Amino acid sequence: MSYERPKFRHPNTEINDLGYARQDYEGALSTLCAGCGHDSISGAIVRACHELSIEPYRLAKLSGIGCSSKAPTYFLGNSHGFNSVHGRMPSVVTGAAMANRDLIYLGVSGDGDTASIGMGQFVHAARRNLNMVYIVMNNGCYGLTKGQDSATADEGSRSKKGDPSPFESIDLCALSLQVGATFVARSFSGDRDQLVPLIKAAISHRGFALIDVVSPCVTFNNNADSTKSYDFTREHLKSTGTMDFVPMREEITARYAPGSSHEVTLHDGSVIHLYKMGKGIDPLNRVSALNALEECKQEGRILTGLLYMDPDSKELHEAIGTVKRPLNQLTERELCPGNSVLQNINASLR
Amino acid sequence: MKATNIKNPEYFHKVVDCQYACPAHTPVPEYIRLIARERYTDAYMVNWESNVFPGILGRTCDRPCEPACRRGRVEDEPVAICRLKRVAADNKDDIQDRLPNIPDKKNGKRVALIGGGPASLTVARDLMPLGYSIDLYDDQTGGGGMMKSQIPSFRLPESVLNEEVDYILDMGVVTHFNTTVDSLKEILDKKYDAVFIGTGAPRGKDLNLAGQADAGAHIHIGIDWLSSVAFEHSNNIGKRVVVLGGGNTAMDCCRTARRLGGEDVKVIVRSPFADMKASPWEKEDAMHEDIPIIDNHVPLAFVVEDGKFIGVTFDRVDAVYDDDGRRQLVSTGEDPVLFECDDVLMAIGQENSFPWIERDTGIKFDEWGMPKVDETTFQSAIKHVFFGGDAAFGPKNVITAVAHGHQAAVSIDHFCNGKNVTERLAPGVTLISQKMGIHEWSYDNAVPIDLRYVVPQADKALTLKDRKVEVELGYDLKTAYAEAERCLNCDVQTVFEEIRCIECDACIDICPTDCITFTPNAEEKLLRKKLSATATNLSQDLYVSEELPTHRVMVKDEDMCLHCGLCAERCPTTAWDMKKFLYTVTKAGQ
Repeated sequence: MSYERPKFRHPNTEINDLGYARQDYEGALSTLCAGCGHDSISGAIVRACHELSIEPYRLAKLSGIGCSSKAPTYFLGNSHGFNSVHGRMPSVVTGAAMANRDLIYLGVSGDGDTASIGMGQFVHAARRNLNMVYIVMNNGCYGLTKGQDSATADEGSRSKKGDPSPFESIDLCALSLQVGATFVARSFSGDRDQLVPLIKAAISHRGFALIDVVSPCVTFNNNADSTKSYDFTREHLKSTGTMDFVPMREEITARYAPGSSHEVTLHDGSVIHLYKMGKGIDPLNRVSALNALEECKQEGRILTGLLYMDPDSKELHEAIGTVKRPLNQLTERELCPGNSVLQNINASLR
Repeated sequence: MKATNIKNPEYFHKVVDCQYACPAHTPVPEYIRLIARERYTDAYMVNWESNVFPGILGRTCDRPCEPACRRGRVEDEPVAICRLKRVAADNKDDIQDRLPNIPDKKNGKRVALIGGGPASLTVARDLMPLGYSIDLYDDQTGGGGMMKSQIPSFRLPESVLNEEVDYILDMGVVTHFNTTVDSLKEILDKKYDAVFIGTGAPRGKDLNLAGQADAGAHIHIGIDWLSSVAFEHSNNIGKRVVVLGGGNTAMDCCRTARRLGGEDVKVIVRSPFADMKASPWEKEDAMHEDIPIIDNHVPLAFVVEDGKFIGVTFDRVDAVYDDDGRRQLVSTGEDPVLFECDDVLMAIGQENSFPWIERDTGIKFDEWGMPKVDETTFQSAIKHVFFGGDAAFGPKNVITAVAHGHQAAVSIDHFCNGKNVTERLAPGVTLISQKMGIHEWSYDNAVPIDLRYVVPQADKALTLKDRKVEVELGYDLKTAYAEAERCLNCDVQTVFEEIRCIECDACIDICPTDCITFTPNAEEKLLRKKLSATATNLSQDLYVSEELPTHRVMVKDEDMCLHCGLCAERCPTTAWDMKKFLYTVTKAGQ
């Protein structure tokens, strides 16, 4: 009996610019249920970070409580990690981001952790445009406590042993758009081709980037009457369009028919190519995103892909005008400049 | 690509690289698992059923399985399959009660076996339990053939040889040892129902160089000299010995010479060291016994001065390869170099020789003097005369002779029962899930990173004194266990059932060696480019499923699969399962 990942790897496995293989971005072997969507999202995070050649020490992964919040153990084993209190991950990220603005902050949360206990924290992090990636592994149920409906369970959806949900569901994308998130996307754990470039773009985005990922719970919520099952999600997917992410240092090699592609340049010089976009969908326009979300909801479809982004977003540090140097690197000399400076300040207030 | 037909037994058979490469198709992972479970007798019997001589082969096999071993693709060295076989043989209990029953009432069919080597003995082993009456003829004092006369005792102790030969002879084979068959006609006149010729390739090649006649008694044919040592007709050799040739016989010659008084023994070979035919481990063993191997030297002449043998002269050459990889040995132009010595052993190859088969018996020969033998049935131009082993298609090795013996026995049994001789028996195949529970499989699916364990050897000071002291000591049981655990259990197959797959892609992420890809179907060439990790080894197959609901297919590159079972472990719907595939070659009468 054994459940461990062998050490051997394929000799042709891809090596990134830093000389790392994908395995260098993996974490411990997952103890989530076999087939859990969360594991696919972990896999997509590993791929995105590997392909972006992120130095593992430059990233911190933070989470709250729940199946989703266990997931950070299973990816980026060489990065910083903080498994915090239920629903309080955004506060911890805020503190960490204030102390060290140089790190990449990857928050991982679930529908319970975000849409119930952590709702207050979530909307304020979005509203303040905290510079982080916020991934919700959204399965519409509380998998860790035997699958009760969560606040994102759609009205009428029924989990394996439950009754149809009598309540309206919370749409985290619509909500975050309303409170000022500057990058909003939805995806599906079973659509790696869409999810990986979205994660890459979210990491490159400056400001609060939400990716709400439908991630079926194979144990409690993958039955025929559930709107968060693999089959239902696949059948009801509607994509906003297709997206390629090209990091700054890479040459653009893909060719797009003239007029078919829309380029968005991010603050770090990376470029997002949007093509095959649906009619009336403009990801640079918040109103268009909200309309598209509502229309799809009426049609009973799940709209995935990049919904909205503001390439000129100003994140929290810019908004409050902190110093460029991370606070945790400031020494006593800068923080306690001495009596004469204090006297000057006092004098200015008299 | 078309969906893979896993019902074809040859598909999964090919995934079990070792078994596929073995001429007798011994179920290697099956017996290695038994060794790990300390079931040595069971492991021995799995071998015995398939290759008849586990103790002998566990010491001397050419091991075609090891270069094929998947472990050698994953890391540097394959599993020590051959030496694990020896562990089973050395640690088994008495097996008498497991040997097949020999019917008291015979079936009335009489078979003659000419030659007492591995091919003939295998035929006897397969036919005796079916009630055949068998006469075995050999000119040596006992059974074993070339295994007895050519393989030195320091590699294969006589007791090991005799034990396994006797399991067969004791089935009631009527032996005619010390009997030279010098006429096939005489045998045919005895009206046997079938005759099997397994007389090997008994003639050592001769160089016929200048000076050879004058050098006379100082020049020996390698295999003849080895057998004269084995039968104790010679027990010494000069202090300085030159061995010509680069095959395993040359290695046996030089190491035997070291034990019979040779102090300065050299192997001198025409080709570059890397091109030598000898197995790498045999070269290592020779060099370990202080025998230098000098390559790129082509022998020119034996030098005799004033009636005294001085040595051998060589032309120094370079190997030049053309675009097709063909080799030419080109003289460096330097002066010939003389290697002084007292004796020369020529081990430059063996050939077949059938002076005892009258050319008018009906057996047909080709232009090289080889009998015309069917490659599947081993039948000759005379319907009831069959060939096998080195006698059939030239010098190979023991395990090939065993494989021939099994198939020839099938043909003989068919022939004697009036069945179609060309008909072959379908292999026995089972495919059974190994799942025992959550995270629990019936095989050790963890993949240890241990490197290949070295087989300990007896002290050189001891072994060089006595040619009968076995050099290799064999693994102790603890090391044998560790080595057995290196086996990747390639016979435990990853079996995919598309109708259960929900395309959650969990298997793609978990696979440590990126074997699994879900992608729209395409031609093989294109498909290979789209794999999670590009395939470079094209000799391994792609396992392709039927189309899935999202219009993709599952493609698994069998090349680097570790058979760790994580895909099945991570699959929520058991679309992947680990199933043990047991493939057995069906023998005569089964």
